[in-house]
Amino acid sequence: MEQKITHHLTDDILMAYAAGTLPEAFNLMVATHVSLCDTCRAAVESYDALGGEVLEQTPGNDISLTPGSFAATMALIAGGAPDTIHTAPRARDAVLPQPLQDYVGGGVDTIRWRPVGMGVKQAILPASKDASARLLYIPAGAAMPDHGHHGTEMTMVLQGAFQDEDDYFARGDVEIADSDLHHTPVADIHEDCICLAVTDAPLRFQGVLPKIAQRFARI
Amino acid sequence: MQNGDEKRMQWVDHMIRIRDHQDQAAFAALFDHFAPRVKGFLMKSGSDASLAEEVAQEVMATCWHKANMFDPARASVATWIFTIARNRKIDVLRKQRRPEPEDLAWGPEEEPDQADVMALQQESEQLGQAIAELPAAQRELIEQAYFGDLSHSEIAAKTGLPLGTIKSRIRLALERLRHAMK
Repeated sequence: MEQKITHHLTDDILMAYAAGTLPEAFNLMVATHVSLCDTCRAAVESYDALGGEVLEQTPGNDISLTPGSFAATMALIAGGAPDTIHTAPRARDAVLPQPLQDYVGGGVDTIRWRPVGMGVKQAILPASKDASARLLYIPAGAAMPDHGHHGTEMTMVLQGAFQDEDDYFARGDVEIADSDLHHTPVADIHEDCICLAVTDAPLRFQGVLPKIAQRFARI
Repeated sequence: MQNGDEKRMQWVDHMIRIRDHQDQAAFAALFDHFAPRVKGFLMKSGSDASLAEEVAQEVMATCWHKANMFDPARASVATWIFTIARNRKIDVLRKQRRPEPEDLAWGPEEEPDQADVMALQQESEQLGQAIAELPAAQRELIEQAYFGDLSHSEIAAKTGLPLGTIKSRIRLALERLRHAMK
């Protein structure tokens, strides 16, 4: 078992994950965190249970199925399971849980980092447009550029640790920041820090990169 | 009116008969109950009737094909079908991928303990009753969280549903499984 996770996802986010209403990048954050956190896994499953009861109580009587619906379904069944091409589980990676490996296309060694200045590197992951997901690499002891936020940003530690003015975040811990927060996280001195960061708004890095460079870096 | 707990155990039994015997009568009973609900759920989530019908059929077919994945000690049949419908909804209606958490490698599959199954199914029934007894406005709040893209923030605090017991039961099961792995 890993060390204890002390910073969890909120019930709002976990419930929305169960409901299926989050942007893809946020779903990736939840799936990654839950892969490491039994507490949040149990919470997600209990919100699944709530969804089950909502479905159970959806009135079925006033919904009519198309005539021949059952026969059509039996025909689907006779046609065989559609997606039996189950991707074989990848080799376990010390840094990237399974859902992240699927987005990176492999383990931590296959991440295609791009420098964004001050030794910080990032790798943008493919996700739907409503939110973005990227991996961040912060050298041990280095400060993340100070940045403010427009929307919600969640940052989860995958390797190493970081601390901001208030708190210490280790592997599995998630920092959730909203638009009010201006902070300066610093990577722990003992190890380079790798994080998954998702946000539903573009970040504004202050003072480190000029506007044009921000556009190229997509940050 | 049939006792709710018995009914839930009956759905579980149907799933096992589908899994072990490809029992079409059991499947027909599940279909009659759940297919219209899945269709209604999708329509409330913004799908038109013909797409909802198509997806409901796919969901029920998946229910048959993946019957061996159903674990009655961790989910009610309604919950399990809900998760299949939700995933299809994201796939078809929102055209997005849905990353899933890493599966826990729990070693050789074995039949879940019947007492655990009963307990989980009874708690699901309690949860269902608690929702049914909520004031209409609160119930709608929850429904909207699952149907659409509305805000979810107040729900847990406002409603005080017995989600905690299910949560701690699942937690306990996870801990036990992890322990058994060592």
